[in-house]
Amino acid sequence: MKFAGVPLAIFIIVLVVPFVNGFYYSFTDWDGFKATKLVGFANYTESFEDPRFWSTLKFTALFVVVSLILVNAVAFGLALIVTSKLKSKNFLRTFFFVPNLIGGVILGVIWQFIFNSALVALAEKYDWEMFKESWLQDTNKAFWALIIVTIWQSSGYMMIVYITGLISIENDVIEASQIDGASPVRTLFSIKIPLMAQAFTIALFLTLRSGFMAYDVNVALTGGGPFRTTELISLHIFEDAFAEGDFGTGQAKAVIMFLVVALAALVQVTISKRYEVQR
Amino acid sequence: MNTRARWGKRVTFWVGLILAFAYFFPFFLVFVNSVKLKYDILANPLAFPAPITWDNFQQALTKMEFFRSLTNSLIITVLSVSLLIVFSSMLAYYLARTKTKSSKYIFLGLVASMIVPFQALMIPFMALFAPFVSWNNRASLVFFYIGFGVALSTFLYHGFISTIPTEIDEAASIDGASDMVAFWKIIFPMMRPITATVAIINALWIWNDFLLPRLVLTRETQTLPLSTYLFFGQYSIEYGQAMAGLALAVIPIVIFYLILQRQFISGISQGAVK
Repeated sequence: MKFAGVPLAIFIIVLVVPFVNGFYYSFTDWDGFKATKLVGFANYTESFEDPRFWSTLKFTALFVVVSLILVNAVAFGLALIVTSKLKSKNFLRTFFFVPNLIGGVILGVIWQFIFNSALVALAEKYDWEMFKESWLQDTNKAFWALIIVTIWQSSGYMMIVYITGLISIENDVIEASQIDGASPVRTLFSIKIPLMAQAFTIALFLTLRSGFMAYDVNVALTGGGPFRTTELISLHIFEDAFAEGDFGTGQAKAVIMFLVVALAALVQVTISKRYEVQR
Repeated sequence: MNTRARWGKRVTFWVGLILAFAYFFPFFLVFVNSVKLKYDILANPLAFPAPITWDNFQQALTKMEFFRSLTNSLIITVLSVSLLIVFSSMLAYYLARTKTKSSKYIFLGLVASMIVPFQALMIPFMALFAPFVSWNNRASLVFFYIGFGVALSTFLYHGFISTIPTEIDEAASIDGASDMVAFWKIIFPMMRPITATVAIINALWIWNDFLLPRLVLTRETQTLPLSTYLFFGQYSIEYGQAMAGLALAVIPIVIFYLILQRQFISGISQGAVK
């Protein structure tokens, strides 16, 4: 099987080499073409002295936490609905999953039209105070706009993860709890959720990761505006490097992003694993 | 069924229906406004179109160069997914069947790489590959997708191959089959379920990807998400045309999904849980 070396070589060239280069460049005076000397932690101190980087980090952290909670709460609710005894459950599942098929950029521009034009036009017509000015013109409201679109986009996917968890629970365990007189709510919290903890580990990991990496919806919905106040970390790095040409600090920020993602994922998985029941 | 359970079922039904309506609503707005005149959209975005005009679609088709972008998307997705299946199934087979220290470390390295966000290496990546990209950007994009996709695909295949007994390989080699023949004639056909998963997960990712194509492709080679985004940016004030463009971008993948719905759902759930 000598051909197995081909994908491995491509993997190293495309992913490993730039990744290692990135670490190295972040300690040099790299300008995108050549690095002449090592500069120690200068790029990192410069990153942390950039007030906009701090506000991006805060904005990203808030986005990750809020989207993580809401996406998973909604997705779990959807999974409960489509695993119930309803006749229409397959039909409903189809609808909930559709936004997930479509790329974040297209979803983002659809909602840009909704917030900037459709809702504003309707607000004029029916006199709705809260939509008269586009939500995307205000930093706080734009944050919630990002959250709404993210829930709409990701909950269908996480729903599938939770469905897989819910249907993996043996029926006799649930029947036993019902015979013992447990209410449906009690069965849910004391039997179902502990037995499907693995699904939560996976879904939380996936939402955590996609929260940190969110770029498409951000660029298409708010574009970082108004005045770069709704920039998530990915867009911030992109703008730094490709719009402003700050390659050294841009790469230092990218390394910081990697460390934050890796650490957050490690902490989340360790905590979640503790709740998993061994069967 | 007692009354409480019946009420519970009724409430679930209505909540589900309202949510399904809410999830579909943005698409409804796109479709309904894509056949309206600009003035009618601003007058009432919710109203049904009267009169219906197909002019928006005609304009959008030519201005966003729909068929060229669709072809680019198809070529890039089909090529990348096929090559990913071929390469990662072989790599996974090799890693799963070779019980050496190095094969174990290679596998662990692949798994660990899945945590690295593309943004973390985007800048040195572009510095490294800029000359390569300008030579043939569609081919280089396919090459990049193999590099970025091989870890997850190999991981999925690896899990599946571990469940295939080694006796099957041994029987093939006793019968005189080389390991390439044994793999493609016997093992690979047995892996059809996981191949479907790998195909669907990668196809959805590559079809919808935006950041990498944005960095790599030019106007002539742009994919559907890219041309939709640029078109919307240029013509968003022409609401009707912008909506027609969005409708065009949404329709192909939704039709594909409705045809292969069962495979999509089982593919996603297999891929996520592994």
